[in-house]
Amino acid sequence: MPPKIRIIAVAFSFLLVIYVFDLVRRRHLNEEYSVGWLVAGVSIFILSIWQELLDYMTSMIGAVLFTSTLLFFGLFFIILICLHFSIRISALTRQINRMTQRQALLTNDLYRKLREMKKA
Amino acid sequence: MNDRILVIIPSFNVAKTIASVIEGVKSELPDADIVVINDGSSDDTAEIALREGADVVSLYHNIGYGAALQTGYLYARLNGYDIVVQMDGDGQHDPSSLKTLLRPIFSGDADVVVGSRFLGETGYKPSFSRRIGMGLFGLTASLVIRQKVTDPTSGFQAMRRPVVELFCTDVFPVDYPDADVLILLHFAKFRIREVPVKMYMPEKGKSMHRGHKNIYYIFKMFLSIAVTLLRQKPAGGRLCPRK
Repeated sequence: MPPKIRIIAVAFSFLLVIYVFDLVRRRHLNEEYSVGWLVAGVSIFILSIWQELLDYMTSMIGAVLFTSTLLFFGLFFIILICLHFSIRISALTRQINRMTQRQALLTNDLYRKLREMKKA
Repeated sequence: MNDRILVIIPSFNVAKTIASVIEGVKSELPDADIVVINDGSSDDTAEIALREGADVVSLYHNIGYGAALQTGYLYARLNGYDIVVQMDGDGQHDPSSLKTLLRPIFSGDADVVVGSRFLGETGYKPSFSRRIGMGLFGLTASLVIRQKVTDPTSGFQAMRRPVVELFCTDVFPVDYPDADVLILLHFAKFRIREVPVKMYMPEKGKSMHRGHKNIYYIFKMFLSIAVTLLRQKPAGGRLCPRK
């Protein structure tokens, strides 16, 4: 890996890890969701400094250039994290729908009782 | 007949038609209670429905046709109704068909009755693409449940309490219930009947069914039917043995 790319990758991984830590510290990101990003940051760092591992992985996936390996794993990570968020959004949508239904039924019950009280 | 009947009308921005729909239901079924599920309407749907004597459950924001319908089922379960009828608030479903719809329920011939716009006289003329979709899913549902289904997309239905209980659970598809629900009911060993009903074309853009795009609808329905076939069968609530 050319030194220029290595320096950029190491700097990027450091910035990513520090930024994720800071987001968790300021409670802008839950610990649960920070794990994936921290793993990604650490993985970029390890692949940037460990040339033999990068070469081994490049040959393992049948790629010629190390850039293809980085692109492959980057894409793999993005797909996984998108799928994870789709699952979470589906669960949240279900929960919001249930809450909206319950809230509407409770409000209806309350108004009905108030109307009955007014009549009595 | 001592059965308590509830008519559920899921509604979204139907201020123009809701009064006549409620009036029609009242004249056909004077003893039935009516609940309008106001699915986050921005017009006067809720106020008009209340003024017409219906009970109104107002959802804080629009959660879609299926989820609004399920709110009606939850209301029916909470208030102990024995029979539930569901119809749209946009005037598409003619209240004069309500007694026809309820007949097989009263006689004990069916647990769920689906009103079909294609069995009798109809003022409904679907577009070519919609006709193809209906035919395709009607055929699929017919093959799976081994019973002819002429109108798999009909939202004009009547059902008994055990069906309502099933629909209150997570097995009910809350985005857009359709032919997949018929398959679900078949697996739960409920008896389904189709009866001819009168339906009209809804006012353009007013129907709650118009929110989805045709291509998405076809994709969603095939996916939903496939996963319904693969899922574990729901616990049966059959009222009478199916022949």
